[in-house]
Amino acid sequence: MINSKQNLNKEMFSDDVEQVPIRQGFGEGLLEAGKADENVVGLCADLTDSTKMNFFRDEFPERFIEIGVAEQNLASVASGMAAMGKIPFITSYAMFSPGRNWEQIRTTICYNNVPVKIAGSHAGVSVGPDGGTHQAIEDIAITRVIPRMVVISPCDAIEARKATIACAKTPDPTYVRLAREKTPIITSEETPFEIGKAAVFYEPESGDAEVGIIATGALLHRALRVAKELEEKGVRIKVLNCATIKPLDSAAVIALARETKHIVTVEEHQVVGGLGSAVAEVLAENFPVPIAFVGVRDVFGQSGTPDELIVHYGLDEAAIKKAVKKVLQS
Amino acid sequence: MTSLVEDHTPQTLEHMANHVRLSIIDMLIEAGSGHTAGPLGMTDIFTALYFHILKHNPQDPAWEDRDRVVLSNGHICPVLYATMAHSGYFPVDELKTLRKFGSRLQGHPHREFLPAMETSSGPLGSGLSQSLGMAIAERLNNGRSSSKFFYCFLGDGELQEGQNWEAIMLAGKEKLHNLIAIVDRNYIQIDGYTEDVLPMNPMDKKWEAFNWHVQEIDGHNFDAIIEAFGNAQAVGDKPSVIIANTIPGKGVPEFERLPEWHGKPPKSDEEKKAAHTALRTLDKKIMNENND
Repeated sequence: MINSKQNLNKEMFSDDVEQVPIRQGFGEGLLEAGKADENVVGLCADLTDSTKMNFFRDEFPERFIEIGVAEQNLASVASGMAAMGKIPFITSYAMFSPGRNWEQIRTTICYNNVPVKIAGSHAGVSVGPDGGTHQAIEDIAITRVIPRMVVISPCDAIEARKATIACAKTPDPTYVRLAREKTPIITSEETPFEIGKAAVFYEPESGDAEVGIIATGALLHRALRVAKELEEKGVRIKVLNCATIKPLDSAAVIALARETKHIVTVEEHQVVGGLGSAVAEVLAENFPVPIAFVGVRDVFGQSGTPDELIVHYGLDEAAIKKAVKKVLQS
Repeated sequence: MTSLVEDHTPQTLEHMANHVRLSIIDMLIEAGSGHTAGPLGMTDIFTALYFHILKHNPQDPAWEDRDRVVLSNGHICPVLYATMAHSGYFPVDELKTLRKFGSRLQGHPHREFLPAMETSSGPLGSGLSQSLGMAIAERLNNGRSSSKFFYCFLGDGELQEGQNWEAIMLAGKEKLHNLIAIVDRNYIQIDGYTEDVLPMNPMDKKWEAFNWHVQEIDGHNFDAIIEAFGNAQAVGDKPSVIIANTIPGKGVPEFERLPEWHGKPPKSDEEKKAAHTALRTLDKKIMNENND
């Protein structure tokens, strides 16, 4: 059953669940953060509307810098502004920032230890028709490997808004992963959000669960649907929303493994280096249990509808169910 | 007040520069690795900047109204460290810890170890972007009334990095009048002469085309250096670049203009002796001239 303590969207399983792009939540959050703190500035590399920085630009044109198609400059100009006391948010597609400008992010933002916030939109294969060049499925790996970087992957537009507002108040370099497509609203305004905290969104009505699913981003919704469906078949599942991938909520992950002894991770990202790897690193050292990984298996994306691609790359409900079955047999 | 460091004249700057060069040689010999040619070539400009031009206070490195210096070509940090030490940021003796474990003087600058520096650097091509980000932030904070200048040092080979041109384009568009870039035009890089590796000329025309104010000077003539900085500060409507023609390895005839001195320190006894002899002879010459 849905964890009532989280004040989640009660309509999340209905056929006409409200759907909003996660990037929309970022745009609204940035506008709010900008109103709350005049040091918040926005920089974009020629994708202002697509990344929803246009809300901020229209309200605060003097605090918006159009960088042009120049993602390396984007990262380092932001670093310079942060050195002068600003809180810069930089946006592009995730494939270009943090993709194209990784070294600038490492050296001029993280090594310099300045509070630049990197919002990468259009992450995952569900970008769809644009094809593999534009589908960032390596971004979690390349950001979480950098010392000091905080990595957040919100599950819906509401959580993205909260994550954006929250990260504007921290001194840490931060990557916020955003998606293009409309995705179901899972949380509500009243759902607690804290950077670094994972939360149980689904649990058995009573007693311990036998499988723990740890999911991040929009695929969380599919994980929740699987938990509900299997619950009706007598499989007891707990689903953890892991919005912050770094620092990982190790206590929550270890507690889930201790309770369930079987873990499934779900992410729209390469299995190599993503959420699954982060979970495996923590459990291997602290409480080793069998893990099944749902993610992209060392291949590039391609054109198609988001749903076609989610199925093709083994990220859909059927794939999650298969992973649950596999991990229970191990 | 232009500076909180004792001001120097062109004559005393020359003497100070020689001290800085001796410190560079000594720190490189002690470290056993590091770059020789670039630091010696840029010593005169660093000395002029830190002892005559820059608004700074070594006793209060975080002074908000200070000018900002960004060393984009981080590998020439021996000249930055030596100039900072002689300015009073830290003891000259500490220069001997360069590149050693636990030292504040990392092989390439890391501002967490030495917070008196504005940025960390080493990977080429990102310093100008950071400087212009600082200048844009300053414009947001203080508008046209700002009295701060943002100085960014670049190598000529470094300009082969594409990110520089992203920054040069944006700075020209934003008309950042308080941004001053200094290019060390010494014509050498690791693999040889710049014009053989990847030609950079006409350097001045390239910057002009991106709407920068351009000056080309002899990077070892203190009058020319001081005049160029003054001219750059007076430009009101665009960023300014000083292309400084320098002699890599300047001060030690045995090292001058040779690409092989880009990335190594004096190691053999002969090399060490050559460096010390040349600079000490020069020191006596300057002393005698000043006493005349």
